[in-house]
Amino acid sequence: MDVPLSWYLLLSAALFSLGVIGFLIKRNLITVFMSIELMLNAVNLSFVTFAHQWHAVRGQIFVFFVMTVAAAEAAVGLAIIIAIFRARNTLAVDRIDLMKL
Amino acid sequence: MNAPLHLWLIPLLPFAGFLLNGILGRRLPKVLTTAIGLLLPLASFGLVLNAARSITGFGSSVPLPAAESFPFSWISVGTLHIDFNLVLDQLSLVMLLIITGVGFLIHVYSVGYMHDDAGYARYFSYLNLFLFFMTTLVLAGNVLLMFVGWEGVGLASYLLIGFWFEKTSAADAGKKAFIANRIGDFGFLIGIFLLLGNFGTLTFSDIAAKLAAMPGWTGGILTAICLCLLVGATGKSAQLPLYVWLPDAMEGPTPVSALIHAATMVTAGVYMISRTHFLFDRSPYALGAVAIVGAATAFFAATMGLMQNDIKRVLAYSTMSQLGYMFLACGVAAYSAAIFHLMTHAFFKALLFLAAGSVIHAMGGEQDMRKMGGLRKKLPVTFWTMTAAVFAISGFFPFAGFFSKDAILYAAFLQGTGGKILWFVGLVTALLTAIYMFRLWYMTFFGETRSHDVHPHEAPLSMLIPLVILGALAVCGGWIGIERISDYLAPVTGPRNAPPVTGHLELWLSILAVAVAAEGWLIADKYYRRKPERPAQLAAALPGTYDLIANKYYVDELYGAIFVKPLLAFSRYILGWVVDTGILGGAAWLLGGTATLGGAVLQRWQSGNLRSYAAWLALGAAALLIAAVAVHSGWALSFQSVSSHFTLKAAGH
Repeated sequence: MDVPLSWYLLLSAALFSLGVIGFLIKRNLITVFMSIELMLNAVNLSFVTFAHQWHAVRGQIFVFFVMTVAAAEAAVGLAIIIAIFRARNTLAVDRIDLMKL
Repeated sequence: MNAPLHLWLIPLLPFAGFLLNGILGRRLPKVLTTAIGLLLPLASFGLVLNAARSITGFGSSVPLPAAESFPFSWISVGTLHIDFNLVLDQLSLVMLLIITGVGFLIHVYSVGYMHDDAGYARYFSYLNLFLFFMTTLVLAGNVLLMFVGWEGVGLASYLLIGFWFEKTSAADAGKKAFIANRIGDFGFLIGIFLLLGNFGTLTFSDIAAKLAAMPGWTGGILTAICLCLLVGATGKSAQLPLYVWLPDAMEGPTPVSALIHAATMVTAGVYMISRTHFLFDRSPYALGAVAIVGAATAFFAATMGLMQNDIKRVLAYSTMSQLGYMFLACGVAAYSAAIFHLMTHAFFKALLFLAAGSVIHAMGGEQDMRKMGGLRKKLPVTFWTMTAAVFAISGFFPFAGFFSKDAILYAAFLQGTGGKILWFVGLVTALLTAIYMFRLWYMTFFGETRSHDVHPHEAPLSMLIPLVILGALAVCGGWIGIERISDYLAPVTGPRNAPPVTGHLELWLSILAVAVAAEGWLIADKYYRRKPERPAQLAAALPGTYDLIANKYYVDELYGAIFVKPLLAFSRYILGWVVDTGILGGAAWLLGGTATLGGAVLQRWQSGNLRSYAAWLALGAAALLIAAVAVHSGWALSFQSVSSHFTLKAAGH
């Protein structure tokens, strides 16, 4: 049973699009953050797919890099989110706009 | 036996004084400031005396000119090499003796005169700076180094005229002096360029050698060079038409007027012409111009001096007048007579200024002669030394001025018909000189005291000693005689071009000159002592002439209308409004406005809304994706088809 390459890629694209949509329409910062993770993992899926397809190990190494960075990013991001919540008592993205002139 | 002369130390010692007092002056105790300010010029004077001794006397004679140059080159471009070379010859030695000698005396005098001034250390540092530049000017072996000294004395003069810069008039006078000198210096600079272009060198001795190798070369470009140099000289030496700064320069402290604006700096023009006389000798027109400028200045300045009431301004006009005599002497190629008069003038004019300073000091800062009078008994030393100076400048035998002025008038008289006219102008000027000097003498020292709220007192010893020394020099300074001076200067300025005395011409001319001076004294005596009401009656009888002269021929007003007003208008309207506000301001406004406007538009993009940023990001990514797909499918295909088409065509052939 051989699953064709396009199925993996379509799944990856679907997951990425879900991530983008979630990033754009969700208001809760944690959900936005989860959407980013979703996009990262969608990309990981394509990397693994291509690595399998071309028998190249580079794609898998990239996946490890992405996972490491994602873990670090999650740690830092969650810390920032907690700090923001403590300071402003809200996680609504639209109301975190202090940088605006 | 050839002991080194250490010429380079002569300028550098006062320069060290300038640095020490200029940098540390405020923190040093006054005694130390005085010591630095006096001892370094004294050391310089000592070096000059040592040079004079080792040249002239006691067996060990250093051959002149003695040159010293620094081991490194100053400017080296192509074939042009300019060094810091200092040259001591008979001419520069005489000048150095005057500059450092009289300069030191005036330094001593300043200790008393400036004692209570807040800028005491600053004053001495400027004075030392002046000595540095003036000795550089005189010792310079090439035109460019001379020009450095020339500009430097202008700077020192500017700083010292505006020494009391809190006074607007003093600050303005400094600026006026500087700007008037700029005009002259521009001429000098053009002259230097012409010299460089035509001779390929700026060293005096090389230029002289090149000229000597071409005895037939006269006029033409040499006249142009000389006239340019003359413009420079008229600026520095306050001759027509650039003299306007000198009367205003009297805003400076009186010892400064004595040192810079009487004894030394203003004579730089005379020195420069004497130094470059080999050029002027080749150009009869330039010499004629020098003589006419000199005679005209001598006469006009003397007439202006008649009407001044400020004691220092009388002396300023008389300085211009005497400098006119020196130019007149240069113009008839009697350079040694010019230098002789320069020397005696340095003595008696420095003395006049210092004595005037003593009077001003005694009167508590009053400079108006109409408020003086009757000071003879209260200021005996000042009175007697001033008297010596007045007799010297008027040309009475046997005072110093008699000998030098006589030498000039005699030299002029021998120069054909034109020379006779110059001689006559000089003689009339001598009459006017005697009148205004005795007028000053009578108004200051004789008659009734006209101001009762001051109690004049004689100056301190530090001021009296220079007065007495200069007084002695003003009496005896001329006894050297023109023959000895011109014999001494002959290696530099050429032999005195006076024919052997035939008959008693020189004697008769001398007697005539003294008679004219005595006549001037009698007129002054009549108008200012015996019949003090006469000047006012005369003024009422000749209102036009009186107004013209009292207002100094309206020259300041004329220059204001011709040069200053149009320049100001040009600056304000063309440069200020059109160029500055319009073009430069407009360009700046345009740039700033564009940036502000762009910022205002782009600012809306930065909404601060995280999701809008994300949307832009997604849109951008989508656009890149579409573009990549488009390139990959469409354009790449078309490119491929085109290239394959070409390949096929190539294969077909």
